[in-house]
Amino acid sequence: MSLIELSAIERVFTLGDSEVHALHALDLAIAAGEYVAIMGPSGSGKSTLLNLLGLLDRPDAGRYRLEGRDVTTLSADEQARVRRERIGFVFQSFHLVPRLTAAENVALPLMLAGVAPAERAVRVARALADFGLADRAGHRPDQLSGGQRQRVAIARATIMRPAVILADEPTGNLDRATGEEVVRLLEALNAGGVTLLMVTHDAALGARARRRVVMQDGRKIADGA
Amino acid sequence: MTPLDTLRFATRAATGYPLRTFLMVLAMSIGVAAVVVLTALGDGARRYVVNEFASLGSNLVIVLPGRSETGGFNPANAVTSTPRDLTVDDAHAITRAPAVLRTAPLTVGTSEAAWGGKLRDVTIVGTTADYLKLRRIDLALGRFLPAEDPNAAVAVIGAKIQSELFGAEPGIGKVLRIGDRRVRVIGVLGATGQGLGMNADEVVILPVAVAQAMFDTNTLFRILVEAKGRPLIEQAKTQTLEIVKARHDGEEDVTVITQDAILATFDRILGTLTYGVAGIAAISLAVAGILVMNVMLVAVAQRTAEIGLLKALGAPGGAIRDAFLAEAALLSATGALLGYALGQLGAFGLRTAMPALPAYPPDWAVIAALGTALATGLLFGVMPARRAARLDAVQALAKR
Repeated sequence: MSLIELSAIERVFTLGDSEVHALHALDLAIAAGEYVAIMGPSGSGKSTLLNLLGLLDRPDAGRYRLEGRDVTTLSADEQARVRRERIGFVFQSFHLVPRLTAAENVALPLMLAGVAPAERAVRVARALADFGLADRAGHRPDQLSGGQRQRVAIARATIMRPAVILADEPTGNLDRATGEEVVRLLEALNAGGVTLLMVTHDAALGARARRRVVMQDGRKIADGA
Repeated sequence: MTPLDTLRFATRAATGYPLRTFLMVLAMSIGVAAVVVLTALGDGARRYVVNEFASLGSNLVIVLPGRSETGGFNPANAVTSTPRDLTVDDAHAITRAPAVLRTAPLTVGTSEAAWGGKLRDVTIVGTTADYLKLRRIDLALGRFLPAEDPNAAVAVIGAKIQSELFGAEPGIGKVLRIGDRRVRVIGVLGATGQGLGMNADEVVILPVAVAQAMFDTNTLFRILVEAKGRPLIEQAKTQTLEIVKARHDGEEDVTVITQDAILATFDRILGTLTYGVAGIAAISLAVAGILVMNVMLVAVAQRTAEIGLLKALGAPGGAIRDAFLAEAALLSATGALLGYALGQLGAFGLRTAMPALPAYPPDWAVIAALGTALATGLLFGVMPARRAARLDAVQALAKR
């Protein structure tokens, strides 16, 4: 059984009086533990696909099964719960809360899940140590380098031990060396068993994935190793 | 998200934008402080008047010449429209009523008092010896009007008259010229300050017959009647009216009022006034409430990306709504408490500046002000919080 199973997905945006097919007749199956790069030019629908996979957006037609469960029909609050427990997001612009420290940012998903503060502190300290951020726990995002910020974001994305990590251009705002470091971190997580989906238009980055899905005009035009 | 976490998150959000938070807390606190200070002022005025009336003496019934008409045209008035004079003899007659302890006739006018080349306007009060006990007046020096000789050319002077005419010298024994008469000062009143629009420190008290002769009149300004006890006030009033009516050929040409009735009226008027100013001050609370909404809407716009992130991290709409609502409540509560402290400080300032005025904010006003502040803060916080909860996650995340 696949971890992710999309069948006949349609997503249409209405811009003024014209309709844009962001995703059209899309079928996609991803097994647990895979490392997939989603590639394609801008406007190809790869970000829409990622939002859909992350339950931030709903398809207009088709079915999305996550871990064998149809998640398209879930209520908003149930979808929030799935996002909280099964999905980790890593964004190009990090999306750290500027007024919170690194530790507090990492603790956000635990707080939303209602984990007790004492347990939260233990888990956050361990996660920060794992990502080499132990001495940065009390720093706010504006006191961290780009690489450190993205590592905080990755620590936050993985603190709930999700089944899948959705990374949207995770190296887009980083220099080459730092980007390389971040990608290695994500790959290490994948090696540990987490399914990794990475949206990128960087061919070199895409080439590192074991599977590449290439999108164009809302359709999948290539899929394979 | 646990309630404690929601509160902590809201606190961090509020302290994360200090200027915005400060301005909003300030607006809310001004509203609450306005209510507290203005009601303190209103209620202080009410208490002041009530106290002043109480200082008139207790169990008091007051007789005024003339009938206060409330029933429109009365045929009886067409026959005899001029009221008969209220006289000293009427006062003596009232004294014999069973429920009456003592009476004091009152004639009031203004004249000049002169001594040793100094001249000053004074209020002349013509009365009898019983006035002292009836009004619970303290004498600083000497004695009050003699009961045995109603025509004695003597005077009791107020504390200010003593100091202004005689200075440090004792005025007792001196002969004072009042108008065209000479009177010997036999007593000085203790300093009391303001009393019912008439400064008791600036009066000269003369025997009623002397005062009446001076003003060339037979009629009295008032007759003050003291009942034998509090439960007998109504009886004293009825008996007084009967006696005066019998003496005035069956004509009810005087008005008899009890101190309680006057007190209740003033209490009502000034109480209403206090509600009025509280209402006006409450408008500033409503304005502060609208400001809360404005500020929270700005906060939602400012933190759109953060809301998107929270949604991506799996926060249900309810949790986001609660966080923003908690922030609005927190700001309102802080503003309300600060305003309460400011208001109490203001009331303290009023009391310091005007020691005669018991400017304490009434409990109902304080509770209403704090309650309204919290309620408006929450009420006006609901709309922005709901807007935050309904934001589309994808669009919110796209915003920087």
